[in-house]
Amino acid sequence: MNQSSLGVVETKFYNFAEPPQELILKSGIKLGPITLAYETYGTLNKDKSNAIVIFHTLTSDAHAAGIHKDSDKPGWWDGMIGPGKAFDTNKYFIISSNVLGSCKGSTGPASINPKTGKPYGLSFPVVTIEDMVVAQKRLIDHLGIPHLFCAAGGSMGGLQALLWSVMYPDLVHSVIAIATNPRHTAQQIALHEVGRQAIMSDPDWQNGDYYGKSIPARGLALSRMIGHITYMSDKSMEEKFGRKLIGKEKVGFDFSHDFEVESYLKYRGDSFVQRFDANSYLYLTKALDYFDLAEDGNLVSAFEKVKASLLVISFTSDWLYPSYQSKEMVKALRANDLDVSDCEINCSYGHDAFLIEIDAQSRLICHFLNRIHKEKINDRS
Amino acid sequence: MTEVEQHPGGRFDHQVILEMIAPNSKVLDLGCGNGDLLALLIAKKSVRGTGIEINEQAIYKCIEKGLTVSHADIDSGLMDYSNKRFDYVILNESLQEVLNPEKVILEALCVGKKVIVGIPNFCHINARLQIFFKGRVPVTDELPYQWYNTPNLRFLSLKDFRNFCTDKGITIEQEKNINGAQEIKLIPNLFAHIGLFLLSRE
Repeated sequence: MNQSSLGVVETKFYNFAEPPQELILKSGIKLGPITLAYETYGTLNKDKSNAIVIFHTLTSDAHAAGIHKDSDKPGWWDGMIGPGKAFDTNKYFIISSNVLGSCKGSTGPASINPKTGKPYGLSFPVVTIEDMVVAQKRLIDHLGIPHLFCAAGGSMGGLQALLWSVMYPDLVHSVIAIATNPRHTAQQIALHEVGRQAIMSDPDWQNGDYYGKSIPARGLALSRMIGHITYMSDKSMEEKFGRKLIGKEKVGFDFSHDFEVESYLKYRGDSFVQRFDANSYLYLTKALDYFDLAEDGNLVSAFEKVKASLLVISFTSDWLYPSYQSKEMVKALRANDLDVSDCEINCSYGHDAFLIEIDAQSRLICHFLNRIHKEKINDRS
Repeated sequence: MTEVEQHPGGRFDHQVILEMIAPNSKVLDLGCGNGDLLALLIAKKSVRGTGIEINEQAIYKCIEKGLTVSHADIDSGLMDYSNKRFDYVILNESLQEVLNPEKVILEALCVGKKVIVGIPNFCHINARLQIFFKGRVPVTDELPYQWYNTPNLRFLSLKDFRNFCTDKGITIEQEKNINGAQEIKLIPNLFAHIGLFLLSRE
């Protein structure tokens, strides 16, 4: 049985943007009501100065740490969040927020449209990472938190953390951006498009109107298989699978599964179908593809208003969000005279490293937060 | 890289650099290693300091000390920093390990109002005697490496460095040469292991 030092936690839900006070999205379309799923760990201190928001990846959820009552599976970053851990719940109040467009308890294409009484499907408006952040800002306001001590996340979560410092520069004291980048590149968009096409070419997709019917399982599983390859590295796949055969002594000279890696990907794809909505996958990958901090092409001026201290972490084997993108971002941040530290961690796990490589990240994050905490106290005294 | 003698006040080269730096200034340490010098400057001179270091393990040590540090190769360029951004740029024990020292030092003089350079003197008398009498490339306590495992890419003397500064129009505002925990004033190019230079350029 899995253990978590944080114990039992539960997902909470914040409802807002009731019509006629809908949220106006970047596209100009209004959306409401909205539900945002979130979890909290630790305690908000008296002067409300110890709040850290954690943002998750593309297909993850608000359950970042601890275990749920009816499950023994710890949250996706349980090794990083808890008493005495990098995000120390004895010191900090941690909020883990789900995103707009997700199917993990927040409003997304699988949610019921109150106007029709049916799931939104493709009538759900296209959301952006900016829209996700605006929604999270509402959640933080609702929790009565005036300033964030830190905004932190990896991959898609890193984009949100960065955006917080750009959109609300006075409200964010520090940012930890892991395995992320300041704009989505052609390769990333291309990989997402292959995933989307896999879903949309499944006859069961039915233009997104498959709720209550047979779901586009084959397409969604295939897109997850593609995705999973991009989260690993040549080396981590070689270490994990090599050319090991699955349940046979020699290759079968047919198209059944011969190699362990084939059945692993199949398993990953199939289990993903049980837990994720195909339309959500389309919407969230689109949001990522639209992400560009420097829409005018100038990354240096994109960070002009940022005031936060930053820690940027990347991984040598990550080819989905390669280190050079982090380094480019660090240069632009430095050009703005910002307090930015960065480290490229040498490891073979690929993009997944930020979920797996706990020790090295903990060392960096724990001491970075300690310093920021100390400086904050000194500033006040 | 050279072995620098420890003494009760910490590394003597660090003490010399400490004296060169004005309080509350802005410092960039290129090749900051474990961050010992930066931490010292912050503690004793209240500088606002940041470092650049290529070694990943050293980055962890810097972050543990509460320093701001960037994991990068100083050969890959400093020009993202604006002109004269820093009061001091430090290149201590790192210049001889870079691929393009001329470019690095000229860039350092662009982004910094002053540059402090610390170099090992490869023409110390011990080294000269080994070359002359043994006919071998010197291996000394201060330069403990063999030709096949040395991290040093550049071999220069204090005189070579002074000539370089003259050629490039760089002003040497201050020069201190040391041997262990001692300042060497008599024929330093022969008797000093380390030269520390405070430079500026219009």
